[in-house]
Amino acid sequence: MNLRRDVFQAIADPTRRAILLLVASQSMTAGAIASNFDTARPTVSKHLQILTECELLGQEQQGREMYYHLNPQKMKEIADFIEPFRKMWDDRFNKLESIMKKYKTKK
Amino acid sequence: MERKTKITAEEGKHDLLITREFDLPVELLFRAHVEPDIFEQWMSHDYGTTKVKKLEARAHGGWLFQTSDLQGNVVFQANGVFHDFEPNKKITRTFEMNNTPFPVQLEFLDFSELTEDTSKLTIHVIYKSIELRDQMLKMPFSQGMNMAHNRLQEIVHKLK
Repeated sequence: MNLRRDVFQAIADPTRRAILLLVASQSMTAGAIASNFDTARPTVSKHLQILTECELLGQEQQGREMYYHLNPQKMKEIADFIEPFRKMWDDRFNKLESIMKKYKTKK
Repeated sequence: MERKTKITAEEGKHDLLITREFDLPVELLFRAHVEPDIFEQWMSHDYGTTKVKKLEARAHGGWLFQTSDLQGNVVFQANGVFHDFEPNKKITRTFEMNNTPFPVQLEFLDFSELTEDTSKLTIHVIYKSIELRDQMLKMPFSQGMNMAHNRLQEIVHKLK
């Protein structure tokens, strides 16, 4: 099965959300990240791979170690994803309000 | 006072809350939802006109509305049934988009009076699954894109 990898799918998993929280404060190696979980190391690697593919995590080579860091730009996209939906309702309700104000003055 | 629409959609849940405070008495807020000519006004926009085909404002009554583009083609239709209907208090209804694979959703509309001249609307929407809710949240954006495209097409037609 070919799973579509989008950011929303990426953050649906609790372990991946925990990883994002971990690296939010400082960049970490895969080993350091894995040590925070009871999950098997390959499982954590898989999560890191998914998060990297979705660009939620960035990688940086420092000496022999690969460090993972949070991509704030991508995180912002998630925060914003509800905005078009909210805006649609806000526009509708603003219109409702201005229309009904006319009825109010007619009374 | 800031009057802004708020959306609460907790992760991993199949529902969401839409809340908004209005600078209107609750009676007017309610009327806007049940009188077809008023409903048509606030549900229409520059690139589409909404027409109410059916609105039986009572428990077990049905409703149907259509949105047409500027050429008059019906681009969107939705229908449902009112399950609970209490003037100026609440409406419980189903909502389903015609000709789409999306299943029916359940909507609880609560109207409350804040002061004589202000009111609050809370819409609690329940979807069949978490995935469907998240898809629906992303939909207005793609719809907006389609409409922008239609508009573009219209402008281009005029240039011809």
